[in-house]
Amino acid sequence: MNLSRRQALALGGAVVTVSLVPIDFAMAASDEATKEAINAFTGGADIADGGVKLTTPEIAENGNTVPISVSAPGAVSIMIIATRNPNPGVVTFNFGAMAKPAAATRIRLAGTQNVIAVAKMADGTFRKTSNAVKVTIGGCGG
Amino acid sequence: MAKIKPRVKVPRSVKAGEFFTVKTLINHKMESGQRKDKKTGKKIPRKIINFFEASFNGTPVFTADIQPAVSSNPFFQFSMKVDGPGKLAFKWVDDDGSVYETAKPIKIG
Amino acid sequence: MKKTTRTAMIGAFLAASLAFSAQAGGMNTELVIDTDNGPVKIITHVKNPPKGSPLSELYSGWVFRSKETQALETDDFDNPGMIFVEQARDAWNTPDGTVGKSCADCHGDPSSMKGLRTVLPRWDAKLGKLMTLEDYVNESRVKYMGAKPWKYGGGQLTAMVALISMQSRGMPVNVKTDGPVRKFWELGKKLYYTRVGQLDMACSNCHEDNYGKYIRADHLSQGQINGFPAYRLKNAKLNSVHGRFKGCMKNIRATPYKVGSDEFKALELYVASRGNGLSVEAPSVRN
Repeated sequence: MNLSRRQALALGGAVVTVSLVPIDFAMAASDEATKEAINAFTGGADIADGGVKLTTPEIAENGNTVPISVSAPGAVSIMIIATRNPNPGVVTFNFGAMAKPAAATRIRLAGTQNVIAVAKMADGTFRKTSNAVKVTIGGCGG
Repeated sequence: MAKIKPRVKVPRSVKAGEFFTVKTLINHKMESGQRKDKKTGKKIPRKIINFFEASFNGTPVFTADIQPAVSSNPFFQFSMKVDGPGKLAFKWVDDDGSVYETAKPIKIG
Repeated sequence: MKKTTRTAMIGAFLAASLAFSAQAGGMNTELVIDTDNGPVKIITHVKNPPKGSPLSELYSGWVFRSKETQALETDDFDNPGMIFVEQARDAWNTPDGTVGKSCADCHGDPSSMKGLRTVLPRWDAKLGKLMTLEDYVNESRVKYMGAKPWKYGGGQLTAMVALISMQSRGMPVNVKTDGPVRKFWELGKKLYYTRVGQLDMACSNCHEDNYGKYIRADHLSQGQINGFPAYRLKNAKLNSVHGRFKGCMKNIRATPYKVGSDEFKALELYVASRGNGLSVEAPSVRN
């Protein structure tokens, strides 16, 4: 459906119960764990914002399989972090000289959260971007 | 568990120096280590594909260090370019040490 | 329960917004699948359903999914359901049972099954009963291969049903509803409109009266089965039609009929007939 839920809300003016119920976050990683995961990748170096394009669904129909793609011109590696998964690390892509610094995969998200992409550039600097992904918990489909 | 069978999709032929898309998929449960056995209440041990590599004529092109948050039946897509024909080899490494491999010829057309 | 209370409850439960027709303009119904044999166009929308249809227009469940989920079905390589189809293809070529024959020994390539899925379930005069595709696979296994029947709704049978269904991809569903199957069709129809479970709901309450609206976070479809077996992101495997029926019944807190039961076969026939004109789409990808 091309109509997003937000548009549906605006259009209908009625209540669309999009239940974005946070699921059991007792298991979710701490902000500290996210920092640690990023530091392990960057060695604690500063990270500039921008220069990384992360494509994620605004609303994922099911957290089990969320298609994502990422690209960062000039990058040699890109790490994907899911800030509220039990473990924040998702995957790290490494690009050789023949590869375009871009990749797509499908990931698991344990609820609504921010997904971060950190890119290591050829010159050793780091860049990042972050996307919010809502994960719906439905009664039937999800 | 059904036999693990890697799949890859590359163009029939490519142009030298021009990027082309490679898609890969392997059937694997990617047991996260977070799930509990409903009957025993015990955690099911982690068993995932933890590493993927594509290499062209022996040179690594694209690798992925994989955590349990990659979905079952892991899918990876990337783009690459080559100067001449050769063999694009793919390798998936399982937590249990198994290695699943396949390869595709890259033809210049 | 009084009817007014019941209606109010459903109203609150559905808390739905705008009528589906209002969205029709912005809806994506164009599905062309990139297959090994070239592009296959799928009919996901029938503007003028066959006479007698309770629906003014027919929509495949694909139409109701998010663009990301939809995309997973546009290239067979991207469709994880194909993993299971390939496993079924291996099984097709592997001898099993006391006779030592494989499916291929009698039927050749799976493509010989083209068209079969479009007319099932159907009345089989020779066997004197209503036959689903699952029934035909097991019939062959037992009678001609001397093999054990596969579990109805189980992984092996559902994958084989997907492989056989896929041979009819793009062809319109065209099940018969008259003649000897009529009584099963009538039973299926009765089940479709009968309220059951603690939530006291019938299939029709969601899939006829309210498709296109949201039930909590779920975008209600017409409950069409042209895409089954369907790979669901939820459980990362192929799901049978009866498995889905069972799931729906559990959702409304009813005691489900058994997978492979006469009731579910009758319901399958009736629901299939509501999709006459939509393309066979199996294996589809759903959330």
